[in-house]
Amino acid sequence: MTAQVITVTSGKGGVGKTTAVANLATALAMDGKRVVCIDGDIGLRNLDVVMGLENRIVYDIVDVIEGRCKLKQAMIRDKHYPEMYLIPAAQTRDKNAVSPSDMVRICKDLRPDSDFIIIDSPAGIERGFRNAIAAADRVLVVTNPEVSAVRDADRVVGILEAEEKGNPLLILNRLNPAMVKNNEMLSAEDVLDLLGIQLVGIVPEDENVIIGSNRGAPVVNDAKSRAGQAFRNIAKRLQGQEVPFMDFAQQGGLWGAIQRLTGRK
Amino acid sequence: MVGHISSGIIPGNGVTDQLMEPTTSIVQIKGIRDGLLATFSEAPWEDQQSALLSQIDDRPTFFQGARLAIDIGTQALKVNDLVDLRDRLSERNVSLWAVVSESPLTEQTSQLLGLATRISKPRPEEQRHFIDTISNDTALFIAKTIRSGARIEYPGHILIVGDVNPGAEVVAEGNVIVWGRVRGMIHAGSKGDRSAFICALDLSANQLRIADEVSAALKPHKDPRPEIASINSEGRLQAEVWHAG
Ligand SMILES: Nc1ncnc2c1ncn2[C@@H]1O[C@H](COP(=O)(O)OP(=O)(O)O)[C@@H](O)[C@H]1O
Ligand SMILES: [Mg+2]
Repeated sequence: MTAQVITVTSGKGGVGKTTAVANLATALAMDGKRVVCIDGDIGLRNLDVVMGLENRIVYDIVDVIEGRCKLKQAMIRDKHYPEMYLIPAAQTRDKNAVSPSDMVRICKDLRPDSDFIIIDSPAGIERGFRNAIAAADRVLVVTNPEVSAVRDADRVVGILEAEEKGNPLLILNRLNPAMVKNNEMLSAEDVLDLLGIQLVGIVPEDENVIIGSNRGAPVVNDAKSRAGQAFRNIAKRLQGQEVPFMDFAQQGGLWGAIQRLTGRK
Repeated sequence: MVGHISSGIIPGNGVTDQLMEPTTSIVQIKGIRDGLLATFSEAPWEDQQSALLSQIDDRPTFFQGARLAIDIGTQALKVNDLVDLRDRLSERNVSLWAVVSESPLTEQTSQLLGLATRISKPRPEEQRHFIDTISNDTALFIAKTIRSGARIEYPGHILIVGDVNPGAEVVAEGNVIVWGRVRGMIHAGSKGDRSAFICALDLSANQLRIADEVSAALKPHKDPRPEIASINSEGRLQAEVWHAG
C-alpha cells in the first residue's frame, strides 16, 4: 500500500487551511493511520505552532531539498501519536527554494511508509500553490461562507480542473448557523450551488479551534467540540467511510444541494 | 516598442550561427513592451521546449524574474504540455504569462489556465490569417463551468454548457449562448456588432455587454427562466424571457 497525498488549499488566506491540516492529520493518526504533514507555506511557517511542535525543529524541507540533511532527519515525530510526523517549512527562505518536482520527489520517498501525506499550502495561486499541488492525488479546497473566499475558491477549482488535478473536495469552514438563519451569512447551499464540487464536510465556527491552535493541541482532541467532531468525520470520509453530515439547523435546502451534486457527477 | 535585445543571443545571425548548437535556432527571443517574447520555428514541441530552457540556462541572470510570452504557431498543445513548461520556467524564476497561438485548442487551454492569449505586438500578418479562417458563423463549444479568473475570448460565437461564475469573463465577436447560469460578465458583439445577442437558462449576470452597450447587474431570479438579451429598438440593452416560436 502506498500513501494518498492530500493537499489542502484555498486561494484566500486565513480561511482555515492550516487548521484543517493539523486537525485532519491528528484525526487520521487517532484512527491508527501513519501520517506525514508537510508545511508548504515556505517563509510563513505555522503548522508547527498549531501542532505544538515548534520547539523541536532542527531541519526543514529546504534543508532536505538542498541536501543538508536526510529526509528522516527533517521529520518531527508528534508528541502524542508516534506514527504522525511533520516536515516543517523553512522560515527564512522564500517559496522559490522549492520546486514542484522537489515536492513530487519528497512525496515519492514518503509514500511507501505512510498512509496519508497531507500538504498545507500558502495563500494565492502562484509558485507556492503549484508546489503544494504538484504531488497531490486529491485536493481539498477550504472556504468560508463569505463572498470573497468563495470567489477565490472558485478560481482555485478552475485552475485544478484546467490542470486535470482530479475532482477537488470542499470543506466549508467557520459556518455560523445563527448567522445563516438570520440571512447574515451565505448558507452551505449557496456555496455548494456556486462551486458545484463535492462536499466533504462542514466545520462550524467554534472558539475551541482558536484555543486549541494557541495551545498547540488541535481541536479534534477535544471530544466535546463540534468543530472537532466535524474534523473527525471528514477524516473518516477521507478513509472511504460513509458518515452522515452533521445537522447545523440548516433550512432543508442543504440536502437538496448535496443531492443535486451527487446526481450531477 | 519591439527591440531585439542583442544580436548576440539571437541565433541565426551571421557567423555565430555555425558555432551554435543546431537546436538553439528553434527559438527566437526578443524584448516586447510587456516582457520577453519567444517565437518558435517549426519543430517538435519537445525540441522547442528544450531549446527555450537551454537558452535560459545559458544566461540565467538575463532571464531572472522575466515575464515571458511564447508564440507557438499552429501547434495544438495539451494542458500538461503548458503546465509542464510553466513549472519548468517558474523553477528558473521566469513567469509565463501569455501564449500566442493559431490553434483554437491551444488558445482555449491557455485561457482556462488563466494565461493571456493576446500580447501588445502579435505578428500582424498571421494574426489576421487566423481570424480570417474563422467565419462569423464559427462557434467555440465549451462543456464546463467557466470559473472566477477565467477569460474566454473568441472571434466567433461562444456556446457554453455549464455556468459562467462571478469573476469569469466571456467575450465573443458573435453571440453567446449559455446552457446554464450566468453570474459573471458576458460581452457579445465585442467588435461592435449591435445585432449580437446573449441567451442563457438563467441570466443573473453581474454585467452584460453587447457592442458598446452595458447593462447594470441583473437581479437573481427566484424562479429563473431562459432569457435573451439584445439591443432593443430604442438602442438599449435589455433582457427578456424567452418565448418559443
Ligand atoms: N472553525 C473555526 N472556528 C473558529 N476559528 C477558526 C476556525 N477555523 C479556523 N479558525 C481560526 O482562523 C484563523 C485562520 O486559520 P488558519 O488555519 O491559520 O488559516 P489559513 O491556514 O488558511 O491561513 C486562525 O486563527 C484559526 O484559529
Ligand atoms: Mg496557513
